[in-house]
Amino acid sequence: MENKISGKVYVLGNDIDTDQIIPAHYLTYNPAIPEERKMFGKYALCGLPEASQGLPFGKIPFVEKDADRSGYKLIVAGKNFGCGSSREHAPLALQQSGIEAVVAEFYARIFFRNSVNGGYLIPFETPARLVEKFKTGEDVELDVRSGILKNKTQNTEFPLKPLGDILPILEAGDIFRYAGKK
Amino acid sequence: MAKHAGKTRVEAGENVWISVDVLMTHDICGPGTIGIFKEHFGKNARVWDPEKVVIIPDHYIYTADAKAHRNVDILREFVKEQGIRHFYNPGTETYKGVCHVALAEEGHTRPGEVLFGTDSHTCTAGAFGEFATGIGNTDAGFILGTGKLWVKVPQTMRFVFEGTLPPYLMAKDLILQVIGDIGVDGAVYRTMEFAGEGVHSLNIEERMTLCNMAIEAGGKNGVISVDQTTLDYVRARTSKPFEVVENDPGCRYYSTRTYDAKKLEPVVAKPHSPDRRALARELKGTAITRAYIGSCTGGKITDFIAGAKILKGRSVKAETFIVPATTEVAAKLRTEKIDGKSLFEIFTESGAKVGEASCAACLGGPKDTFGRLNGAEVCISTTNRNFPARMGSMESQVYLASPMTVAASAVTGKITDPREVMA
Repeated sequence: MENKISGKVYVLGNDIDTDQIIPAHYLTYNPAIPEERKMFGKYALCGLPEASQGLPFGKIPFVEKDADRSGYKLIVAGKNFGCGSSREHAPLALQQSGIEAVVAEFYARIFFRNSVNGGYLIPFETPARLVEKFKTGEDVELDVRSGILKNKTQNTEFPLKPLGDILPILEAGDIFRYAGKK
Repeated sequence: MAKHAGKTRVEAGENVWISVDVLMTHDICGPGTIGIFKEHFGKNARVWDPEKVVIIPDHYIYTADAKAHRNVDILREFVKEQGIRHFYNPGTETYKGVCHVALAEEGHTRPGEVLFGTDSHTCTAGAFGEFATGIGNTDAGFILGTGKLWVKVPQTMRFVFEGTLPPYLMAKDLILQVIGDIGVDGAVYRTMEFAGEGVHSLNIEERMTLCNMAIEAGGKNGVISVDQTTLDYVRARTSKPFEVVENDPGCRYYSTRTYDAKKLEPVVAKPHSPDRRALARELKGTAITRAYIGSCTGGKITDFIAGAKILKGRSVKAETFIVPATTEVAAKLRTEKIDGKSLFEIFTESGAKVGEASCAACLGGPKDTFGRLNGAEVCISTTNRNFPARMGSMESQVYLASPMTVAASAVTGKITDPREVMA
């Protein structure tokens, strides 16, 4: 697990469901096959309605047309991120697109489990809503162990909730390596 | 949960490793799960117990999509290699259709057990008084190798329905009412228990509808205590022994909400979220271009009997799709009769199209999927999700409702409270 994540932020609202993260017709790709696994990055978040694409502006595609990955490293979102289906393709798609961490008020539980147990990304929770404190495209830096998220563009910083129980799994890499250590 | 963790008791909030009685997977998540299993346990690894693995391809069956067929082939190869008996093979007599209904019909849902499935609607099986919830590929791959998984013991929200349901209400109305009250994140991480006369007077299929949509409020699982209806259904489907688990005396609930079933009215969830509740009568006159009765939530024989009672002798004004959840339900469409006419005849005479058993357009799927919304359709559906583009196109809109409300709306071409058309 990296200790610092820095890059551009993509901002989303509440209840971003897994159909928006990766629409069902792309689920025929098999994540176990490397060439097909990459496709999930290409189509990550392509199910977002235009108005929700990159707050507060909207109409900012998460992955540029013809690109295979996104230019963003971190997502800031509202409540209930990843609700809906159990498809592990959702955190996988975000990881394949280049996302290393998500900061949300809270998560839908299957998405949260999948992110941690599969070691795809770090699902941070924030004690205060941050959606209005960030604009899509701003430069951010996240210190993973101290849980401090900096908005370098606006020169502000925000403390996130400690990772708690999931930290040892994230540090091990995934649930297999974690269970192997125990 | 304590029993499955080898403990005498567990408390809400505790993380425990529990042993698994049944692991279910399907064509969407099976190939990835198998990939993770082999990556971590080795190419020649064996599953922990082939009797406890149930594989039910159901999502993308009737499509020309080559990758969809390839995925089912991966499952076929895996069950052969591992000696897995409980496989319901498309294109053969064993094919079933939608996994959550198939699990019940084939006797894989039993009181007191722990069931995990790689599908969020695995919570449907809580209707049988068991702990059942959805997981991802990694967790499922881990179970395949070990038969165990860590879980956080959830708190429980209790929803009590007093009195029996009036004839114009169905389980779908109850659960949409609840989700409208608590929101799509109202039960995140928690168990939703459904209780009271209104629930226990429902048949098992209706109870499955209630538990099915616990996930739409963010719930970890839904559960209904076991009664004679449960026992009769399960014993008719399996000879496997099981142990009924009941609530501890004096157990604490996170919250309790009580409803008077007689005072509730038919409800609809507006686009694009299952908690955007309105009364069906408030949306009277809203034009629809499509009606859809199907899925794990709304494609059981109880749902079709309810729809057929309204469609009988009438013609649909909106394009209407009928998709039985399983092959067993499909067979019953031809044997179940109302006044001498089979449901199949009633539907086709009304102008509705009847499809093959599968998940079909509930989650959109490949472009050639039966009933898929490929343009700016406005659909009223008995399915469980109306997220943007859930049933296909970004331009489409989906209203969720009970089979009665969907059938009534199909007849008028507008959102219609079923009381308006019921005899």
